[in-house]
Amino acid sequence: MIGFLVRRAGTMAVTTLIISALVFFIIKLPPGDFLTNQIAELRSQGEAASAAKAEFLIRQYGLDLPVWQQYLVWIGVWPGPNGFSGLLQGDWGWSFEYDRPVTEVVGDALWLTLLINLVVVIFVHVVSIPIAIYSATRQYSVGDYIATFIGYIGLATPSFLLALILLYYTNRWFGISIGGLYDAKYSGQPWTWPKIQSLMSHLIVPTLVIGLGGTAAMIRRMRANLLDELGKQYYVTAKAKGLPPTRALLKYPFRMSLNPFIADIGNLLPHLISGSVLVSLVLSLPTVGPILLAALKSQDQFLAGFILMFVAILTVVGMLISDLLLAMLDPRIRLGGGK
Amino acid sequence: MTPMPLLSIRNLAVQITADQRSFRAVDGLSLDVPRGKTVAIVGESGSGKSVTAQAIMRILPKVGRIAGGSILFDDPRDRHPPLDIAALDAGSERMRQLRGGRLAMIFQEPMTSLSPLHTVGDQVTEALKIHAEVKENEAKERAIEVFERVGFPDPKRALVTYPFELSGGLRQRAMIAMALITKPALLIADEPTTALDVTTQAQILDLIRELQADTGMAVLLITHDLGVVANMADDVVVMYRGRMMEAGSREDLFRRPEHPYLKALMRAVPRFAMKPGERLTPLREVKSAALAPGGRPVAPVCPTERVVLQVENVSKEYTLRAGWFSGTKRVIRAVNDVSLSLSCGRTLGLVGESGCGKTTLSKIVSRALTPDRGRVLFDAGSGPQDVHALSGEALTRYRRTVQFVFQDPFSSLNPRMTVYDILTEPMKIHGIGTSDERFEKAKALLDMVGLDRGSLRRYPHSFSGGQRQRVGIARALALEPEVLLCDEPVSALDVSVQAQVLNLLKDLQKALGLSYVFVSHNLAVVDYVADTIAVMCRGHIVEEASADTLFRDPVHPYTRALLAAVPDPDLDRPLDFLKLRNDRFSNPDAWPEPYRLVEGDSGRMTALGPDHKVRLMSEAAPEIEDKAA
Repeated sequence: MIGFLVRRAGTMAVTTLIISALVFFIIKLPPGDFLTNQIAELRSQGEAASAAKAEFLIRQYGLDLPVWQQYLVWIGVWPGPNGFSGLLQGDWGWSFEYDRPVTEVVGDALWLTLLINLVVVIFVHVVSIPIAIYSATRQYSVGDYIATFIGYIGLATPSFLLALILLYYTNRWFGISIGGLYDAKYSGQPWTWPKIQSLMSHLIVPTLVIGLGGTAAMIRRMRANLLDELGKQYYVTAKAKGLPPTRALLKYPFRMSLNPFIADIGNLLPHLISGSVLVSLVLSLPTVGPILLAALKSQDQFLAGFILMFVAILTVVGMLISDLLLAMLDPRIRLGGGK
Repeated sequence: MTPMPLLSIRNLAVQITADQRSFRAVDGLSLDVPRGKTVAIVGESGSGKSVTAQAIMRILPKVGRIAGGSILFDDPRDRHPPLDIAALDAGSERMRQLRGGRLAMIFQEPMTSLSPLHTVGDQVTEALKIHAEVKENEAKERAIEVFERVGFPDPKRALVTYPFELSGGLRQRAMIAMALITKPALLIADEPTTALDVTTQAQILDLIRELQADTGMAVLLITHDLGVVANMADDVVVMYRGRMMEAGSREDLFRRPEHPYLKALMRAVPRFAMKPGERLTPLREVKSAALAPGGRPVAPVCPTERVVLQVENVSKEYTLRAGWFSGTKRVIRAVNDVSLSLSCGRTLGLVGESGCGKTTLSKIVSRALTPDRGRVLFDAGSGPQDVHALSGEALTRYRRTVQFVFQDPFSSLNPRMTVYDILTEPMKIHGIGTSDERFEKAKALLDMVGLDRGSLRRYPHSFSGGQRQRVGIARALALEPEVLLCDEPVSALDVSVQAQVLNLLKDLQKALGLSYVFVSHNLAVVDYVADTIAVMCRGHIVEEASADTLFRDPVHPYTRALLAAVPDPDLDRPLDFLKLRNDRFSNPDAWPEPYRLVEGDSGRMTALGPDHKVRLMSEAAPEIEDKAA
């Protein structure tokens, strides 16, 4: 077990390293960077003083070095203008666009993003699993067709459209403004109980909107998985033992059908982050999605790089968690004999 | 007045409705299961025998329902009048108590009948906990008792073992333990041994008999194997297409079969006591329109002295890593110093239980695997060539001359290709003929295997198992090979169809002068088709002899055990269960001298006669050799 963890930690480190290289070089692929673009603009307007400041920044952040050196400085294994100071040392860099450290720019948004996505993940599972079980055990019944139909609609509806519609009607019917994650008056305020309440009521619509597509997809997949398992011999055995139907269902086929979903946990989080950008824009949620988009557009390299690395690490850790969970839940993986 | 039978079925009808089609899977079946006796239901697949079992347990699939008749169950435990199971609600509390409690069932596939995610102990104690008020500890103790009774080597450990850690035989024992823990009055065994090796089959059958004698439960045995019936049943019911064809005591049915269907069924099964040259009579004869299409001579061209395939001291090892969390390695000697030879136009039978290395060997011969040591020589008439040294044009030619017929006709044909595509693909790959010529050839191939020419445009799913296997054989013949490697070609087929395919293979051999390597675990089948038989165990060839010598005078203890374990549908040749009790015959360590092979010793083959060889331990003294002879 310990040997396994050490091996996995090793591969995770290598994977993260490769991802960091890819992230950095892809961000660097377009010619120029945020500062050189800015300098060109300032020069054309004749503001030499500002241009001088920008040139100072270029030196400050080593943007005049070759790209590979910049990369090594960024991850913190090469001495930059300020010595060893990179991701490894916890220095996430400077956002040129916001003119603030990346930590400050991302700050709350990071945790709010995680919060929203966690709520969405829970929502997706809590809603879709019972529906999927219902629809699989009553295949081709009216209820199954209705669930399937709603599922298809959920899959086919663009989430930003739904967001716009809900934005309009919740305001019209209930008088709630759902833009943002809490009322405007709380922004910049410390976390107090009213602020948390406001956050919770603001979470409902984003959860629905972001989760709908996932719920629909999950119902379809869970139903298909469960239908496969329902035809298996061991389920007949369980019934022939005299187990009550619900217990027989939950103990055997349902548990078997969970495996692919546990294996999916690793993909789930990053997918939800990148998948909810449009919705976040429409609902003006303070999540990292829109920040990432803006950073990529303006080549704000440290900000974009940090967010991408964050998502990558989330994926890698998620994979580890799902592997460990799988091993815990499935003895065939744990004991390794399964044929 | 005879006592009331335990189970009495009258005029049972089961209706199955699927895809807007509705038919009677069971139609007017009446039978009695007396207390403490075994009743066997025999029939081909689709005869309604499993549906009958499901109806008794009330676990019919959703598409099926009981359309009439009664199933009276007279439980010796309670004093009430017999209960009509057919009239109960399948989901009712009363039925759930019966199911698993008083009526228990074991299934054909011990591999899939147990959940891989739960320990055997959990699944077995669960059965008890549903039906009796027991505490966890008591349930465990009872389970350990039952595990011991059904022959688990370490009953305590069995509690925490997962099914995939057990061999097929032990899994079936676990299933039996699960059925027995509630002390049922009736055990329904649906093909309990079909998926098992012969020796394991004999042990499981023995166990069921013993348990029956111990507990006085009645057994309803469902099988297609007349050999099993002859050894197990008191009464027999023969079913065909949902109807009962014939019923009576075992003696009556086997000695004096009346119904033509039963007689036909008996003629369709390969037996040991067959006269040389006797031909199996399939239930439904299939005629090949033309066995040898234009171009190929009808008489075999190749002289039998020519050795087509020569396997010389071939070994293949696999290294297994035990699991994710432990790094220990194990070396499996899948094939260990094997030498064989196949003469032109003959059949070499390769017999052994699952895991003995016979499939690995056939893959080495076809060059799908490379041996670690030794070589395979192939002679197409121009002198022997080392198969694994071939390259380029010579290799392509070799691949054409050696073709495979696979075990599972369902998974070995691509469901998205028509029969035409399947038959012409090998020719396309090897660039043979024009499109028109290939079309003609495909039609000729269908004629050879006795399929209608109209089948060309159909897809595999529209064929029955036997027909698919014939498509598989036709595909193997498309490149006009000289050698066919048949890997268990009939073990996935129904008895009635087995005979068709075996006869087809024999006819083709005669007409085209083919040589076969025929791999099977069924000795009777191998006896029917093979000229020479090699018995394989744990990667070794332990005995090799001509078919009649091997069956007349088996020498090696493993061969003897294998032979003794095959249930023969002949009442005068009952299984010797006592002899098969010990489990040591597939363990080379435990063979008596001079056959014993300890770790690292692969022994050597010693000739006993002109066409009879047996493997002895390396240090066997010459006088012992003489004794063995």
